[in-house]
Formats: sequence, structure tokens, C-alpha cells
Amino acid sequence: MDAMQFVFLAVAAVTLAAAFMVVSSRSLIHSALWLVLALFGVGVVYVLLNAGFFAVAQVLIYIGAIAILFIFAVMLTRKVMQDTGPQQNSNWWYAALVAVGIFASLFYMLNAWSGFNTPLPALANEAGLISDLGLAMVNTYLLPFELASVLLVAAMIGAIYVSYTKK
Amino acid sequence: MIPLSWYLIFAAALFSLGLYGVLARRNAVALLMGVELMLNAVIINLIAFWRYIGFAGMSGQAFAVIVFAVSAAEVAVGLALVISIYRRRNTVVAEDIDMLKF
Repeated sequence: MDAMQFVFLAVAAVTLAAAFMVVSSRSLIHSALWLVLALFGVGVVYVLLNAGFFAVAQVLIYIGAIAILFIFAVMLTRKVMQDTGPQQNSNWWYAALVAVGIFASLFYMLNAWSGFNTPLPALANEAGLISDLGLAMVNTYLLPFELASVLLVAAMIGAIYVSYTKK
Repeated sequence: MIPLSWYLIFAAALFSLGLYGVLARRNAVALLMGVELMLNAVIINLIAFWRYIGFAGMSGQAFAVIVFAVSAAEVAVGLALVISIYRRRNTVVAEDIDMLKF
């Protein structure tokens, strides 16, 4: 076992434990803070995959914006749902069964695939990856890129309209 | 050297945990947290396939950028809906929100 494998296993264990706490913690504020840890672990996985842009974007967008938005929402809606009472609905047993079933079937199907144990190929130009991504976003994938920006503006206007209260 | 299978198994486990959160939690904000975990698992899969199979092009990373934007839009609109429902109905429990028109 080399150093990369050790780092991956440690990060994966921490991330999965944090994700488990997100879905099982009684206090929603604790859930949101565990979510920050899980998102950070996913960011480390992006670093291991040579996707530096996504590691930075993960910290900026997910941890810096989305997790903070979650904490705001939890604090704004805190009054009605305190940390007492059941946090899981009565069908949680079926939900666990479905989740385990999905995981087992995914594992089974991936195991039958011939490329499952593809070894890591060497990267040709590691330094140019981010500029390659930027060029691809404005050449080949210009239309989806612009559509994503339109979607973000529409979501922003929609979120303001939905949560706006008329005095 | 990490084989591709480790990333895929890790992403499948993260996806299943998020799915459990979506199906089992009562609080609507916690449901959205589960959706975020599932989207992160999908992005890990996209980037892992890009790194191991399609690293000559940039399709995998470009697709992952779009998923990032969509997940940011999804959580913004979702939390706005939750806060709007909380203001009108004074509840965030998903099973109590069972009417189309209040």
C-alpha cells in the first residue's frame, strides 16, 4: 500500500462517516456541520483525481456558499422543529433497505464490468489541465456553459420571488 | 496506485447514504442535504471516469461544471421553497406538506 492509497482510504472513511452523521444526526445544525466535513473530504478526492479546479470550486461553492445557505435555512426554520421528537419518518426501515439494495446492485453491476479495475493512466500535460478546461468551456461546450449561466440567473430570480413576502 | 474501482465504490456508498437521507428524514432541509450528498457522488463518478478513461478530452470535467451549476441552482430554489412553506404553514416536516394549494 503506497501513500496515495493510504490517503484515499483515510479520506474515504472520514467522508463516509461524516455523510452517515449528516443523515442520522438528531440536531440539524450538527447535520449541516457534518455536511461541511463530508464536502471537504470530497474536495480532497478531487485533488487525488488531478482535478484542482474542482477542489477549489468545492471549497468556494459547496462549503462557502451552499453549506452556509443550509445553516441559514436551519436557523430560520428552527422554531418548529426542535431537536426532540423523531427525525426519521416511520418508513425509515424501507429507506435503509432501498439504500443498501441500490449499493449492492451498483457493486454487483460494476463488478461485472471489464473496466472496473482500470489502473491509473499517466497524465500528459498536468500543468495545462485548468487552461484546457477553460478553453473547452468557451469552444466546444460554449452553449451548455451559457445555458448554465442562464439557469443560475433564473434560479436566483426564482428564489427571490418565492421567498419574498409582500408587506 | 489507486484503481478506478475504489472511487466507484466510494461514490456508490456516498450516493446510497444520500438516498437514505432523502427517503428517511422528516425535515425538508435535511432532505436537501441528502440530495447534495447524492450530487457530490455523481460528480466524483464523472471526474473519476474523466481521469481514468477520457482524460484526452475535457468532456468529463465540462459535464461536472454543469452539474455544479445545476446543484447550486437546485439548493437555492429548494431552500427558498422550504422557507416560503415555513412562513405560510409554520412547518418544515415533509410529510405535513401534502397540499398543492394552501
